[in-house]
Amino acid sequence: MRRRPNWIAGIFSVIWLVIVLTPVYVMLSASVQSQSKYSSQGPLSIPKQLIFSNFTAVVRSGFLRYFLNSVIVTAAVVLIVALLVPPLSFAIVRSRSVLSRPIFRLFLLGLAVPSQAVIVPLFYMMTKVNLYDTLEAVIFPTAAFVFPMATLIMSGSMRDITSDMYEAMSLDGASSWRTFTQMVLPLSRGGVATITVFAALQAWNNFLFPLVLTQSAGDRVYTLGLFNFETSYGINVPEISAAVIISIIPILLVYLFARRALVQGLMGVGGK
Amino acid sequence: MAAITQAERGGSQQVSGRRRRRPHLRSHAQNIGHPGIIWALPATIYFAIFALLPLVVVVWLSFTEWGGIGSPHWVGGANWKALATDSIMRQSIWLMLLLTALSVVTQTLVALPLGVWAAGFQRNRAVLTALYFIPLLMSSAAIAIVWRALLDPNFGIPSQMHWLFGSGNLFGHAGDAIGVLTFVAMWQWTPLYTLIYQGGARAIPAQIYEAASIDGAGRVRQFFTITLPQLRNTIVTSLILMVIGGMTAFESILILTQGEPGYSTTTTAYYMYSKAFLRFQYGQGSVIAVVLVVVATAIGLLITKWTGYDKMASAQEGI
Repeated sequence: MRRRPNWIAGIFSVIWLVIVLTPVYVMLSASVQSQSKYSSQGPLSIPKQLIFSNFTAVVRSGFLRYFLNSVIVTAAVVLIVALLVPPLSFAIVRSRSVLSRPIFRLFLLGLAVPSQAVIVPLFYMMTKVNLYDTLEAVIFPTAAFVFPMATLIMSGSMRDITSDMYEAMSLDGASSWRTFTQMVLPLSRGGVATITVFAALQAWNNFLFPLVLTQSAGDRVYTLGLFNFETSYGINVPEISAAVIISIIPILLVYLFARRALVQGLMGVGGK
Repeated sequence: MAAITQAERGGSQQVSGRRRRRPHLRSHAQNIGHPGIIWALPATIYFAIFALLPLVVVVWLSFTEWGGIGSPHWVGGANWKALATDSIMRQSIWLMLLLTALSVVTQTLVALPLGVWAAGFQRNRAVLTALYFIPLLMSSAAIAIVWRALLDPNFGIPSQMHWLFGSGNLFGHAGDAIGVLTFVAMWQWTPLYTLIYQGGARAIPAQIYEAASIDGAGRVRQFFTITLPQLRNTIVTSLILMVIGGMTAFESILILTQGEPGYSTTTTAYYMYSKAFLRFQYGQGSVIAVVLVVVATAIGLLITKWTGYDKMASAQEGI
């Protein structure tokens, strides 16, 4: 059964491609031009000679420090989520306690809370406990706001393990700890991968919590570094472009080597 | 979000399972392999401190006045009274709803056909789909910054295309600024929904299309009588994600428009931020934050009821 090519869809898809790629092109070409060339020839021009001074300027301005801060925040958030959420989901799915349902409902409710709503109280709390302007102040709430979605994904993944398998484990006399480490974790590793990527993306792209909970350059994450570039250099598009390109590299690597995990982490679904 | 219903159901099944077992003698062996609730405690306590406690604190702060230094002092309902007569606040809620509606419409109109088209397994479609993915590699802040540079009134693309953009300043008028925010949100989020719709369309059994072709249904007819109805759950799921995303948009407003011109792009979230962190009126900011939580939760509940999302057999159906 053969059909003729779908021309309307084809044209439409190419138009969308142009819209998607225009900023990407401007970013790439601006990053290898000088500021004066960019201003005089406009964003859509084709660069005649390639220079890489924008990248070195970005590195010299301390961007690598911000980059490293983001890496630290991301690693810490992933660690907290990966350590606390799987046991939580295990209890939600398998515990016989009357508390397991209310606890699960609590996390579902958490899904509805926009993170903007808590920036004022978090600012107050972090000032009170002297954590304001530290990376910890960013790490703790960022991880907490990943919990609801991560719990959903993880519990869904663990529910796929049939009760026969749990029964086989308990017939063997396995303790909760053994059941968890030797059966539940290995069988729900897809879920663990998804919550890891989801948590990493949330932490890496986070802007709001660092914006209101840190202040000094030493604790700046890369998203704030970009914002700072924008406000202090105003129209130095070549340097901003270079900084943005550097910031994309980690996610690009994940995309190239673990596309499936990245897509599931982005959608916050799957884990099967 | 996606697995809520499924998870809820799993939860209730568990409860009935427990009830069934109750008459039996509860030997030690039955509890083997069933974790105690202590397994849930570390995460629950952590979540309570960093996500739930702030919600309590913000209610308290909404009855105080605080400038960021020293201790907040109690002012009773003064902030609430001030907010009740604040026309910017009311406008900000409408604006948030308007931007959300515009996001839903524009993103669905592009992502739905694009996703269905990308669901085909042709080689060129695979290449294009990979390119469409690019915006998803960037953070909201990076995207807003790049578009800010691109749309710069003096050095950006509009300044070179007066035939299309008139004066070239897209940040000077309310309508233009709202258009920019909608467009940038569309650029940023359409790829994600395209992926979701692609997955949904690929899950439709090919036999349905074959049967329809034999009956003589053309491509357009097939789209409306097969594809759209079959994608119902996917549409509902992405609708919910779009509404949540639309209501919590923040970075793009801070970086692209700063809520301007006037207050014409000041959404509730941005208004709260500017009250608290730009004008140091943390008490008044807290009032807006409380309203934001209430409005967001109410709309979330309304949509799940209205779309029947809460009755979907499995939310994974939607993806």
